[in-house]
Amino acid sequence: MIEFVFQNPIISALVALAGLGLIFGALLGFAAEKFKIEGDPVIDQIDSLLPQTQCGQCGFPGCRPYAESIADGDSINKCPPGGQSTINAIANLLDVPAPELDQEHGEEADIKTVAYIREDECIGCTKCIQACPVDAILGAAKLMHTVIADECTGCDLCVEPCPVDCIDMLPVESGINQWQWPTPPIANGLIATDRTHSSSSHEGAA
Amino acid sequence: MQEVAVILVSSVLINNYVLVQFLGLCPFMGVSKKLESAIGMSAATTFVLTLTAMVSYVVNKAVLIPLELEYLRTISFIMVIAAVVQFTKMFIEKTSPLLYRVLGVFLPLITTNCAVLGVALQNAAKPLSFAHASLYGFGAGAGFSLVLILFSAMRERLAAADIPQPFEGAAIAMITAGLMSLAFMGFGGLV
Repeated sequence: MIEFVFQNPIISALVALAGLGLIFGALLGFAAEKFKIEGDPVIDQIDSLLPQTQCGQCGFPGCRPYAESIADGDSINKCPPGGQSTINAIANLLDVPAPELDQEHGEEADIKTVAYIREDECIGCTKCIQACPVDAILGAAKLMHTVIADECTGCDLCVEPCPVDCIDMLPVESGINQWQWPTPPIANGLIATDRTHSSSSHEGAA
Repeated sequence: MQEVAVILVSSVLINNYVLVQFLGLCPFMGVSKKLESAIGMSAATTFVLTLTAMVSYVVNKAVLIPLELEYLRTISFIMVIAAVVQFTKMFIEKTSPLLYRVLGVFLPLITTNCAVLGVALQNAAKPLSFAHASLYGFGAGAGFSLVLILFSAMRERLAAADIPQPFEGAAIAMITAGLMSLAFMGFGGLV
């Protein structure tokens, strides 16, 4: 049998190529099992960059659905709470140019705010509790509610449902705990000659 | 030891696969816009080149020569390359999903990178040991990485530089590649 294969050039060519194909196929099948991936890790990475306000201003029910949509190719400028810094971070992650914030979905707040319930006016209707996407409001029916300031993302979603308008959005006080290193200034251009021109004339040279 | 140095210098500089032999120009132009993706592509291609040089050596010596099937070299090496690239793709997808995204379509396109087939075929034509054949593969990858990274660093600068309009984009990239090739031709006769 083996001698026959060796002596017949066509048969030996067929056997050799089929054998090689089988070996490589088996190896790749093994590798496919070994390097199996569960889920899409890029979605997790995008999700971790989003502010997790779950505010829905992007048009999706929360941050994770929006992250999934970005991974499928949606535009990355729909998140007002995250603002330009989030857009830049996602653009950096996905290696795409960073667009401006889409004004259709809201404007970036200048200062971070937190919800505050004027407790003596609260009637205990629980409507704000149902509206809160991050479960930052405590309370029970006909009892006073209050906001856990550390959990509140400042998304404004609880202000609208309140029937007695007792919720204020207060600016977050900045103290020693919120202090961070100042962001280093970004240079105007890559090389010295750019700094005298406007950068728009170089857009076409990508 | 001296032989190792000669093989490396010859495959990285003197017979550089991209700039002297003009093999693998597609990723050289395609993935050189950004330094980061160029580095990723270099690593992936070097990995594929080294692995291909090893596997194709074994296939050539153990299967093709005993069966007198040297005329099947091209097709069986293409099969080897396709398998190795597919393996690399799975490996990168698992270890670095971000790099996988950045490389995108260029990762499967390593299959059609003629430098890979070129190394395998040139190795088969030379009387080499297994170690030297793999070293040639690695040297070809290192040479590819060297010029790709140099070129992408230059293109990042060029994207921001004040270039006359008719030369913007691909034109200036081609001219740059030509000048780099001239420079690499200067290594001819070094060994």
